[in-house]
Amino acid sequence: MIEIGLGHYLTLAAIIFTIGIVGVFLNRKNIIIILMSIELMLLAVNINLVSFSIYLQDLVGQIFTMFILTVAAAEAAVGLAIIVIYYKNRGSINVDEINSLKG
Amino acid sequence: MEYAIIFLPLISSFLSAFFGKKIGDKYSPILSSSLIGLSAVFSLIVFYKVLTQNYSSNNLIFNWISSGNFLVNWSIYVDALTSIMLVVVTLISAIIHFYSIGYMSHDSHKHRFMAYLSLFTFSMLALVTSDNFIQLFFGWEGVGLCSYLLIGFWYKKPSANAAAIKAFLVNRVGDFGLAIGIFLIFFFYGTVNFNEVFQETPSLINKELIILGVKFNLITLISVMLFIGAMGKSAQIFLHTWLPDAMEGPTPVSALIHAATMVTAGIFLIVRCSPIIEYSQTALNIIAIIGMMTAFFAATVALVQNDIKKIVAYSTCSQLGYMFFAAGIGAYNVAIFHLFTHAFFKSLLFLGAGCVIHSFNEEQDIRSMGGVWKKIPYTYALMIIGTLALTGFPFLSGFYSKDAIIEFAYFKGTTVGYFAATIGILTALLTAIYSWRLIFKVFHGKYNNKKGSLHKVNESSLIMLIPSSLLAFGAIFIGYFFKNTFIGYDNLLFWNNSILFLENLVHGHPPLWLLIITPFLVILAIPLTYYLIIKNEKILKNLILKNQSIYNFLLNKWYFDEIYNFIFVAPLKRFGLFFWKKVDINIIDKYGPDGISRLVRIISNKAVNFQSGYLYHYAFVMVIGFSILLTYFIIY
Repeated sequence: MIEIGLGHYLTLAAIIFTIGIVGVFLNRKNIIIILMSIELMLLAVNINLVSFSIYLQDLVGQIFTMFILTVAAAEAAVGLAIIVIYYKNRGSINVDEINSLKG
Repeated sequence: MEYAIIFLPLISSFLSAFFGKKIGDKYSPILSSSLIGLSAVFSLIVFYKVLTQNYSSNNLIFNWISSGNFLVNWSIYVDALTSIMLVVVTLISAIIHFYSIGYMSHDSHKHRFMAYLSLFTFSMLALVTSDNFIQLFFGWEGVGLCSYLLIGFWYKKPSANAAAIKAFLVNRVGDFGLAIGIFLIFFFYGTVNFNEVFQETPSLINKELIILGVKFNLITLISVMLFIGAMGKSAQIFLHTWLPDAMEGPTPVSALIHAATMVTAGIFLIVRCSPIIEYSQTALNIIAIIGMMTAFFAATVALVQNDIKKIVAYSTCSQLGYMFFAAGIGAYNVAIFHLFTHAFFKSLLFLGAGCVIHSFNEEQDIRSMGGVWKKIPYTYALMIIGTLALTGFPFLSGFYSKDAIIEFAYFKGTTVGYFAATIGILTALLTAIYSWRLIFKVFHGKYNNKKGSLHKVNESSLIMLIPSSLLAFGAIFIGYFFKNTFIGYDNLLFWNNSILFLENLVHGHPPLWLLIITPFLVILAIPLTYYLIIKNEKILKNLILKNQSIYNFLLNKWYFDEIYNFIFVAPLKRFGLFFWKKVDINIIDKYGPDGISRLVRIISNKAVNFQSGYLYHYAFVMVIGFSILLTYFIIY
């Protein structure tokens, strides 16, 4: 039985983070998936924070994680609200059709 | 009063330039003419004061440049020489302003015309009233500018524009000489004020300069440089080519600028600088020789020209030559006297030519005129008076001044003097022949104009004839009235230090043959020309046929324009084209501004691809950038 140590946690976090990044880039469907990928990246960072907090015997990291979760929830709420409005205006949230940033 | 003389023309120029439209087509030209007329009246008063009381004054307007020991003032310097120029400039200018009211009445740009004309008068006055070389140079360039503007007045005619540019460029050559002369004066005298320069000159007569291993006498060098300036302005041979072309301008302009005033600025400069030039016999000889060559050359060319204004223009050139060789043999007062009389009869001839051109409805070729003297008797009379005065018919003004030049040249007793006298007499004969040829071709013989019929030829309006008659009056009497004052036995009393004579001019009784020969030749020329032009054209035609090459040589003005084209204009043009097409466009532009702008366009075209508008592209770039930064910080 292998003992689960810091390395494993960090590896897990890195894998989740990469999945998040790849999710942002490779996604050709809709914005909600991008939002989810960003959420995934945030969670990976949280895992990092928590595992370092335990490793260093320091509670600050875990407290920080709670803050981040709160902020992430608020952010998700705002993001979803924007998407709802956007859908009402454009009738689509397809990522391939959102290129009005192009000058 | 002096201030009024100078500034009334400037005010007149401003009024017609900026308020001409507001004042109205009818009153604005009259207003500016009256202002110039007022200025002329004041000039006459000043001249009278100079005549009776030997008046002279120097009125400071303000300090212009004051830098170290370089002090230049704007001032109005009046002495005998200036007062004569004041009268010539303002009087002729006033008369021509009035004449222009009639001549330009159908032109829609008459305000611009009047503004230029008045501005010219102002510049010319600034030139003649200057007490230093810098203000003189200001006036010199000012009249050059106005001349350019007025020659190119009808700017829609390409030939007028070309002539204006030519006049400006040829004058630049002369001005270069003048500027170098002024630089030399400032460098060696440390001042540019006439009084100080003239006082210091005797102490510098032996100074020598070594330029490129050749020794030059300083005074000679300065004199020659100043004379080169004068050659440009006064259209002496080699720099004369602009004057005949300048006839593209309206006729009043030719009368005022290219006959009476601006072209005489060179004579004025030489006479004003007599205290310098008098010390250099070499420079005087050069002036005399150039003057002679010009007088003779221009007279021969005038013999065969067919444009009425060109003939008069070459005649001006020739008379300016007379003035220069008078100055060159040391008879400065005679040169100014001839300038004075010439201003009247030559502007009269031009105004007469203007009337003729008007009567013939803008025809200038004398071959398509003729037989109209009964139709336009007043113009005819004016032209006859002008011609008589020009040719030196006894007791008209040209007679006194021109014969005086020939006599003084004879009395000079040197080789140059005798030579000048001979050329003078010869040129007088040529002058008579071409002038009478002009009269007979224009007014006598058969009516030859194909464009309009004879009964359409009309006398010009009164507003043109009255000013011309004033000039005619001057052309008849001026010489007789002022001969004693200007060149008589006690003329030094009048000139009163404004001219320096190192040795007194010899006054003697010329031998009888010399007194008689010029008037005799001049009078003889009238029937001779009449016979050749009107009675028996065959002789002349045979002569031309037999001497075709000489005729062409003269008709093409001694091929001066062609030679200059070949030597200067064409190579310079090729040079310029090479630098424009090859160096500028193909090298400097290609790799300079154009190259950079092309590079910017290429890079920005690439950069545009970044701006796809897709959210995930931006995010990707952000992540890449972020990881590069992170890597950098981790490694270093």
